[in-house]
Amino acid sequence: MVVWSEQERSIINSIFASLDYDDIGPKALCRCLIVYPWTQRYFGGFGNLYNAEAIKTNPMIAAHGIKVLHGLDRAVKNMDNIKATYAELSVMHSEKLHIDPDNFKLLADCLTIVIAAKMGTAFTADIQAAFQKFLSVVVNALGRQYH
Amino acid sequence: MSLSSKDKAAVKALWAKLSKSADDIGADALGRMFQVYPSTKTYFSHWNDLSIGSGPVKKHGKTVMGGVGLAVANIDDLVKGLFELSEKHAFELRVDPANFRILTHCLLVVVASKFPADFTPEAHVAFDKFLAAVSLALSEKYR
Repeated sequence: MVVWSEQERSIINSIFASLDYDDIGPKALCRCLIVYPWTQRYFGGFGNLYNAEAIKTNPMIAAHGIKVLHGLDRAVKNMDNIKATYAELSVMHSEKLHIDPDNFKLLADCLTIVIAAKMGTAFTADIQAAFQKFLSVVVNALGRQYH
Repeated sequence: MSLSSKDKAAVKALWAKLSKSADDIGADALGRMFQVYPSTKTYFSHWNDLSIGSGPVKKHGKTVMGGVGLAVANIDDLVKGLFELSEKHAFELRVDPANFRILTHCLLVVVASKFPADFTPEAHVAFDKFLAAVSLALSEKYR
């Protein structure tokens, strides 16, 4: 059972309440595809990923980044039961998408860095700790149903 | 995943922008690491204060960034350039190499927060590759 302090809940809710999904979603996914190019293996049908410029201007990638970021909304609303909330999504990522769960951590790290860039010095150690704890619970839940 | 000449150029360009703030970056990254990854504190049980902004953390952050600067200067042969530091980490400090990845991540977070415009995805991948290569060079003599 994951235990959240009041401060951690407040930090997570605050980050997502003021999040610009249309900006952060694409940035996080693009960064992941550029910094960890092997993750491109899952995006065969997404058009031109030939270089960083192509990835950054690819509208399908941008749309998918927004979709993935919104995928976190249910975890924010159900912080005390993320494992159960994501059981179906975990099965989907395993059985349908066949994504190596190690990749979830890579995307989580890129999201952390994009948020750090957006918040600047406001991204304090407390906030980083809470945000990374949240993401690691999500990552864990998404890999839970793999067999 | 060795460093191409493009990677090296990107690292040098980024370092040129960062180096003036190296001490601050080091102190911030280290302090952050102790808070976000408490297991890393086990290597510093001899310090009296591991909080962000404390004397020991600031001093050590400067030391660590000095090492990064040395690595940048020796980017063409990290194993040779970091020989002494590698021996120190292998025989004296014996830091589990998994922690290098943790500190690398904290450094990237701090650089992103302080230099958002310069830390483009292209700069990010080059710097991440570089720090991974540095970590490898530091653990060269471990076994």
